[in-house]
Amino acid sequence: MKVAVLGAGPGGLYAALLLKRADPAREVTVWEQNPAGASYGWGVVFSDTTLAELREADPKTFHAITDRFVSWDAIDIRYKGALVRANGQPFAGIRRTALLGLLQDRCAELGVELRFEERVEDPGALEGDLLVAADGVHSVAREHGGFGTRLDEGAARYIWFGTEVPFDSFLFSFRETEHGVFQAHAYPFDGTTSTFIVEANEEVWRDAGLEGASIEHSIAFCEEMFADDLRGRALLSNNSAWISFVTVRNRRWRDGRVALLGDAAHTAHFSIGSGTKLAMEDAIALARAFERHAEIEVALKDYEADRRPRVERFQEAAAQSQRWFEHVGRYTKMEPERFAFYLLTRSGRIDHTSLRVRDPGLVTLVDRRLDPAGPLLPAPPSLQPLTLRGLTIANRAVVAPGPLVADSSGAPSPQSLAVLAAAAREGPGLLLASAAVTAVGRVSVEEPGIHADEHEAAWTSLAGLPLALELRHAGPRGSMRPRAQGIDRSLAEGWETIAASPAPYGPGLPAPRELTPDEMNAVVEVFVDATERARRAGMDLLVVDMSRGYLLASFISPLSNRRDDRYGGDLEGRMRFPLQVFDAVRAAWPIERPLGATITADDWAPGGAGIEEAVEVARMLRDGGCDLLRPVAGQSAWRTLPIYGPTYLAAFADRIRNEIGIATLAGGAIETAGQIDTLVAAGRADLVLLDQTPES
Amino acid sequence: MRVGVGLPNVHPGTPRETVLAWARAADAGPFSSVGVLHRASWDVLDPLEALAAAAGVTERVSLVTMVAVAPIYETDHLAKSAAEIDAASGGRLVLGLSVGARREDYEAAGADPRGRGVRFEEQLAGLLDLWEEGGHRAPPVLVGGTADVAFARAARWGEGYVHGGGPPRAFAAAALKAHAAWRDFERPGGPQLWGQSYFALGGDLDHARGYLREYYAFTGPFVERIVDDLLTTPQQVAARVRGYAEAGCDELVLIPALADPAQLDRLSEVLAG
Repeated sequence: MKVAVLGAGPGGLYAALLLKRADPAREVTVWEQNPAGASYGWGVVFSDTTLAELREADPKTFHAITDRFVSWDAIDIRYKGALVRANGQPFAGIRRTALLGLLQDRCAELGVELRFEERVEDPGALEGDLLVAADGVHSVAREHGGFGTRLDEGAARYIWFGTEVPFDSFLFSFRETEHGVFQAHAYPFDGTTSTFIVEANEEVWRDAGLEGASIEHSIAFCEEMFADDLRGRALLSNNSAWISFVTVRNRRWRDGRVALLGDAAHTAHFSIGSGTKLAMEDAIALARAFERHAEIEVALKDYEADRRPRVERFQEAAAQSQRWFEHVGRYTKMEPERFAFYLLTRSGRIDHTSLRVRDPGLVTLVDRRLDPAGPLLPAPPSLQPLTLRGLTIANRAVVAPGPLVADSSGAPSPQSLAVLAAAAREGPGLLLASAAVTAVGRVSVEEPGIHADEHEAAWTSLAGLPLALELRHAGPRGSMRPRAQGIDRSLAEGWETIAASPAPYGPGLPAPRELTPDEMNAVVEVFVDATERARRAGMDLLVVDMSRGYLLASFISPLSNRRDDRYGGDLEGRMRFPLQVFDAVRAAWPIERPLGATITADDWAPGGAGIEEAVEVARMLRDGGCDLLRPVAGQSAWRTLPIYGPTYLAAFADRIRNEIGIATLAGGAIETAGQIDTLVAAGRADLVLLDQTPES
Repeated sequence: MRVGVGLPNVHPGTPRETVLAWARAADAGPFSSVGVLHRASWDVLDPLEALAAAAGVTERVSLVTMVAVAPIYETDHLAKSAAEIDAASGGRLVLGLSVGARREDYEAAGADPRGRGVRFEEQLAGLLDLWEEGGHRAPPVLVGGTADVAFARAARWGEGYVHGGGPPRAFAAAALKAHAAWRDFERPGGPQLWGQSYFALGGDLDHARGYLREYYAFTGPFVERIVDDLLTTPQQVAARVRGYAEAGCDELVLIPALADPAQLDRLSEVLAG
């Protein structure tokens, strides 16, 4: 077999030598446009799992690497003048030129032909049964095949430096400036030198005047900002420039005899691992595929099937990590330990439990910070109390047993009350139940209410349980059949519904009546009446439902509010009536009891509003005395395009909590105490709605 | 977890009698259901026709489409056929529906694939209305599909979700989303979760794999994953059944990759043993 490898980076060289080593009869040639000694970048990081793979693939290369590398066991996070160290994080670094040199030597030893300073204009004309495209992010070879390539630029700028400070850990250092946050990612790669990457959100970077700045100015700027970390040492440039991170994705990794490898196939943000590590793992997989299969097409199929799904998962985690660093300015209100915990768990690959195994001391410190007056040995975050106004919630788990069913009077039925009582015995911090504020505000006749004395009596019978009641007016989604018969199916003989605008919620549904300003007072009154009943019934927490296409949501979403009076138009107009309701409820609700709201964080529909607008809604509610926000998503219109998955609503709770500083209740397919621990410890949510999948 | 078996209704050249004999044998065997697939662009038995015929030769098993491509049918016709099969079988129909994944199916049926998502949603709501107006029992509807909106459709108008196949881990990920949709829409209870897996026990395995490659050519490179997922040994069948049960599946339908009736006998033996 004749093999041509394009690109003499670590991935290309390693693939060449592994293929040659497995079968010396193979003719392997590496083509590289640059001279042998040229290299960009400074050091390369490997995790201990990657090193184990290298050992197995070729012990000789492994030993050559381990002769030259430095290793460390900690991540340091410098933030707001504090240094938080996380132990139990083994990594190793090596100088990139040293790695290239030893791979070139090993290639030569095995008889791989290395052809430097030879630019391949037309890879299609290269001879060979197999063509490995290892020619980087801007691969030329990739242009000659159908790979379904996608390139995405990140929202940050970064610059790659070296420095003669031998760090003894992986260092993340954050600096708040008048322009925003700058961060450095630094790690050692030999006994004297370290890589030092400086990164900032693009707006921050531009605001700091770095667009078009000379390299001298950029160096001086970064040296001054990170002087403490650099201990007065210089930053060294190696063709350094401010660039955006480009994520490369390919739907296919092979086309005919061409296989993509390394950066040509994929990139993943540098904050969770080096591209070199991925490229060398690709090389191992490629060589293994050719050990198993003689036929090129079958081997390449095997290579792609083995490697692509794993890399795609890694890229997902990398994208999470990349977004975190791009928007780190959102998290700078956090205390250092919490910030550090979030940084360490940001990509979802480490959670509270696994970090505790690596560094129990740090996690104990993080957990204690949730309740500094609490015990020396803190309970896990999920089991720690939370105080909102005069209410102390025993733990962070919220359970919503439901949907509840009404009896003939419209009160929660005895069975539903029993379900709530049984759920309370399982020990959640709060139970969450919803009730209609008026008969025409019911979704269906089965929905319990809190607008008559019988209802109040039934809710009062639950006094003593930790109960949060969500007040709902279904608006255009009222007058539907019982939920068991399907959702949003209208009653044949129902009642007239109301909404911000007279458009039906969905095809075939009756049109609601547009609420007039005079009628709004009556709606405010039913909310106030329900609030007073909830107060007398002894509810601990009240939540106003402004979500999912119900009455108040029909005012907020641009999809359902078509009004041209002062209750429509811009967000201020669309929020006018919901805020009137909220203010009236706040005024009627005892000052020592907390009040929350459920809001739609994303309409999940074309033309709808997203999280940016939800953050503004949250800000208005916070200013109106709201203590807790529960973000949900979708159902603003009949056509809704959800995104489900584990913790699918948590990112909204995180964004709102940290951007405006309000307690949030996260939900969305959260099923374990471990997930609650991680979310609460990272400051991403204060309470978590626990979904319990029924035992099958 | 219940276990059903697929009928060979989308194996070109398989006589109708073979399909019916298969259904009869399944009804007498250790299976809770017989499932049919839908391939409008091939000259094979339509799933509703297949189940209508199967209704007459079985007494016990559920009759399930896994799935029928709903938008290529007129909603009235779909409602009527389903009601007839359900009535003829004494309420044994389970109607798995989706928008489908192949353009050819729409072309073959002369249907317009544009706007199929909206049309499908109107059909799901419309079927329930039509059955009610006609005084028929509404057979349970399962929704299939890989986009997350499928779970929302299932939660709004269906009784559950039917998964397209794959290892238990893939099924578990879908099951989580189905439960999430149920809670998202405040639907009482939980979804009925159905899974499917291809099997070929003995016989010409190259032919079985070739059949899957042809059937799933429209999935591109993913087809190899489907081929690799074919269950070819009793141990693999047992592991799959256990894996799906643990992932929360209510009913797993094992679909034959080969139309030879001996396949059904071998599967019966494996499940009985």
